[in-house]
Amino acid sequence: MSLYFLCFILFCVGLYSVLRKRNIIKIIIGLGIMEYAVNLFLILVGYRMHGRAPIFAKDQEILNMVDPLPQAMVLTTIVIGLAVTIIAVSLAIRIYEKYGTFDITKIRSLKG
Amino acid sequence: MELHIILIFMIFAAIMAVEIKDLISSVIALSAAGLGLCLAFLILKAPNLAITQLVVEILCVIVLIRGTINKDLPLVKDGRWLFNTIATLFSLAVLLLFSYLALKELPNFGAPLMRVSQEYISTGLEKTGSPNLVTAVALNFRGYDALAEAAIIFTAIIGTLAIARKIGKKDEE
Repeated sequence: MSLYFLCFILFCVGLYSVLRKRNIIKIIIGLGIMEYAVNLFLILVGYRMHGRAPIFAKDQEILNMVDPLPQAMVLTTIVIGLAVTIIAVSLAIRIYEKYGTFDITKIRSLKG
Repeated sequence: MELHIILIFMIFAAIMAVEIKDLISSVIALSAAGLGLCLAFLILKAPNLAITQLVVEILCVIVLIRGTINKDLPLVKDGRWLFNTIATLFSLAVLLLFSYLALKELPNFGAPLMRVSQEYISTGLEKTGSPNLVTAVALNFRGYDALAEAAIIFTAIIGTLAIARKIGKKDEE
């Protein structure tokens, strides 16, 4: 329970960065922090006390295993998070080329 | 207990990444949080995820440093800075309160519901032949998810190329 709550505090730090900061790079960093928190939360939910990693070995009997299903799903999520970060950074670089700033309040004009 | 320490370290690294002024220092603090996440995955018995997180973290830092190098950061505090900050913190506090009430209803840490996964664990080895159950689930039982992931990565590469390329074909008349 306390671990879940600490994980949610981490999520809120990222959410604060997305809501409050005016620099685009800080917003991307906030997105990354939120992604870390969600990944960690899914793995925490699937953990079994005194469990082993979900890998069979030939010469030993394994009784308790942690849940392999969230691990397989989070494996997908981590790579998607990388793709999201790369797209956001490339957008930020283009915005910097066009406007000369990362400040989102300065990016106002819609003229092409 | 060590998970608590790692999580508190990650929260501190995240706060530093958000609040520090220099952009490159901020990116490095974010990567410290990512390495803490990698350690937490190792403690939670997820070695596949720890390896993937390490590689993705390094790539992420390279991309972010490419985006932020030699760029300035004008810091402006406008008139409603105090009001905006207080409003944001208040709404986050309300969110934390409701999350505290909601997280109490989850199953306890260390005792997950494993209705589907018990089937995977008991029959996964003979059905798929893979001793690593994570790859068995990702590539065999839920293979369509891996296919969709490949589609997403392909879309992301196409999108990045479309955004980041210079002017395309010039028509010369």
